[in-house]
Amino acid sequence: MFRIVSKEVLNPTVTRMAILAPFVSKKAKPGQFIILRTDENGERIPLTVAGTDPVKGTVSIIFQVVGATTEKLNHLQAGDSLADFVGPLGRPSELEGLKNVAVIGGGAGCAIALPLAEALHKQGTRVTSIVGFRCKDLVILEKDFETCSDKYIKMSDDGTWGTKGLVTAALEEEIKAGVKFDEVIAIGPVIMMKFVCLLTKKYNVKTVVSMNPIMIDGTGMCGCCRIVVGGKLKFACVDGPDFDGHEVDFDSAMLRNGQYRPWERHKYEETCNLFKKEVK
Amino acid sequence: MAINMRPTKNPMPTQDPKVRAHNFDEVTLGYTEEMAIDEAKRCLDCKVPSCVPGCPVQINIPAFIHEVALGNFEKAYQIISLSSSLPAVCGRVCPQEKQCEGKCIKNKVPVMDPVTHKPTGKFQEPVGIGRLERFVSDYHRTHTCVAKIEIKKNGHKVAVIGSGPSGLTCAGDLAKKGYEVTVFEALHVAGGVLMYGIPEFRLPKAIVQSEVQGLKDIGVKIETDMVIGHVLSIDDLMTQYGFEACFIGSGAGLPRFMNIPGENAKNVYSANEFLTRINLMKAYKADSDTPIIHPRSVAVVGGGNVAMDACRCALRLGAEHVYCVYRRGKEELPARKEEVEHAEQEGVEFHLLNNPVEILEDLEGNPKTNPNYGCVKGIKIEKMELGEPDASGRRKPEPTGNFTTLDVDCVIMSIGTSPNPLIKNTTPGIETNPHGCLIVNEATNETTKKAVYAGGDAVTGAATVILAMGAGKKAAKSIDEYIQAKK
Repeated sequence: MFRIVSKEVLNPTVTRMAILAPFVSKKAKPGQFIILRTDENGERIPLTVAGTDPVKGTVSIIFQVVGATTEKLNHLQAGDSLADFVGPLGRPSELEGLKNVAVIGGGAGCAIALPLAEALHKQGTRVTSIVGFRCKDLVILEKDFETCSDKYIKMSDDGTWGTKGLVTAALEEEIKAGVKFDEVIAIGPVIMMKFVCLLTKKYNVKTVVSMNPIMIDGTGMCGCCRIVVGGKLKFACVDGPDFDGHEVDFDSAMLRNGQYRPWERHKYEETCNLFKKEVK
Repeated sequence: MAINMRPTKNPMPTQDPKVRAHNFDEVTLGYTEEMAIDEAKRCLDCKVPSCVPGCPVQINIPAFIHEVALGNFEKAYQIISLSSSLPAVCGRVCPQEKQCEGKCIKNKVPVMDPVTHKPTGKFQEPVGIGRLERFVSDYHRTHTCVAKIEIKKNGHKVAVIGSGPSGLTCAGDLAKKGYEVTVFEALHVAGGVLMYGIPEFRLPKAIVQSEVQGLKDIGVKIETDMVIGHVLSIDDLMTQYGFEACFIGSGAGLPRFMNIPGENAKNVYSANEFLTRINLMKAYKADSDTPIIHPRSVAVVGGGNVAMDACRCALRLGAEHVYCVYRRGKEELPARKEEVEHAEQEGVEFHLLNNPVEILEDLEGNPKTNPNYGCVKGIKIEKMELGEPDASGRRKPEPTGNFTTLDVDCVIMSIGTSPNPLIKNTTPGIETNPHGCLIVNEATNETTKKAVYAGGDAVTGAATVILAMGAGKKAAKSIDEYIQAKK
């Protein structure tokens, strides 16, 4: 069992937790992920490591409530325990030697983008963070990004926070203004990553994306997380989760991510109803 | 004792095929005591038994069968357990027709016509060794309360990576010798392929867990949720945690695909994924949080045991049609004979000498207008014929240019697996062959790295439970010799 040491609500649907997992904490690097199960009947879900504290032996995760498992997870409190917490999995992001990087975060994807921005900042890379949310109420990690970014560009779909518009517009403005990024790191909804890559391809700027497909074991055994990269099948759990964005087939990734959507919706409603009954 | 001269095996009692095709309960029900004694009496108790060399762990088969014939079931179990650590598993999943039973002398004894007393041209069936092994171990599990044996610890620590058949065997043998053994498992339960791969109806998970418990009872520590290579490396284990030797039994988990068009469509599974969702995650049960599709019509590509398991699981999820598509003929099916027979009885339809060339995707409209957009809607297969023998010695399937399309909404690829590269990539000094299999000294199972041993599918590529157990045993012996020689 893995104890939840702390829990913090970042916005109405996004939560940060620190989990006591000393072995994972010692080894996890930015870009890697963990797999957890809330309970004995629980499904295995992958979540990117949002930070570690090797001294306390904790690993932070940030998750958005999107389905039954994240709903269950969100009902747990500090002091409760998770049935399983395994990691670190996947390859760490390759950040060495980068001088000037644009980190693009979309929605809950910012949780994954932040540790990369922090690691880059720490190694002296110039970090331009371009972060987008649907509206002001959904904004997370504002202070954290401010601290580790040389330039912090805020975007929102409805204009209630920062500038109204998409992250791609802000990125194009930077590139057009003459900023020479040696790399763009884009993390967020697949559709956002797709459009960032279409843009950077036009300007020939290397772009790395972090893919988040459906997974089960996370160690290369099931092949569920396969993604087409440069015309070849890759397993996100062992070959990724970071890939060259100009090579990724985003359309097939989007389709595959939706494989269980009707089921997920049903299970989510069922779980929510169960919690409502408990409250009554 | 009178020998039973009946030429045929006692048939295995099974669930009715029509009933069992819709439940996950065990298909075979096992012999009764009477059946077991009757079957055991068919054994000729050969002076130089040919069955024993046919067993990868060389169980003293005539000796245990002799005890069964006398009704000494527990004594029979003790004889088996001298050589095998997982008899309840092997009795169920070993390909006996290629091993012990295949070598049984009875296969060469002609069947006589009862009237004319002349040979009929047919030969007798072998003794049902597998069925007897299963009977004996089930008898032991349900009748015998084992007193906890206190084993004197020798103070040496050994790490075992992976808790599949090879790892469990190696761990058990070393623990019995007094070693402090810790088994590291990447998944959340111990058992490896016995848990995630082989379905409940063929190998009940309670049996696997009872074998695992048996190891814990003799002091083996099992650490689940530990992916060695990521959370700790082999070097970490040996330099920081005091393990003097390691055994790698990490299996051959990486699924292969065919690289044909449409393989990335929705509802195309690897057999590993399909079976893991069902067996490990229990997706077929209503209280599981893990989803699985319930297909209407399924094509399973491949002809091994895993393919048969996938076919039969698909039936149990309610599929109306399950097609097994295999590029060679029936004789060449690599699956156990019993699995093929069971699959046929349950209604799996075989498309032998057929090879998939394309998976057809529903691309009508767009994802918003068509809920099945991107899903499998068929599989195009090409008729094959067998040509000259290839490198494997089997006749090579050659394309004929004749194509048909099967109407399916799910495709399961079961064309083999490769070893997981994680350990190789994170352990300096460990070498693999071009297939990614760990290279070992065949006499000792030591890898190219000192004090690190390996066995099972990680070394051989996908093979059988019993071969993996044999390798685990051999490695345990070598590890013991290595550590004792250090003193």
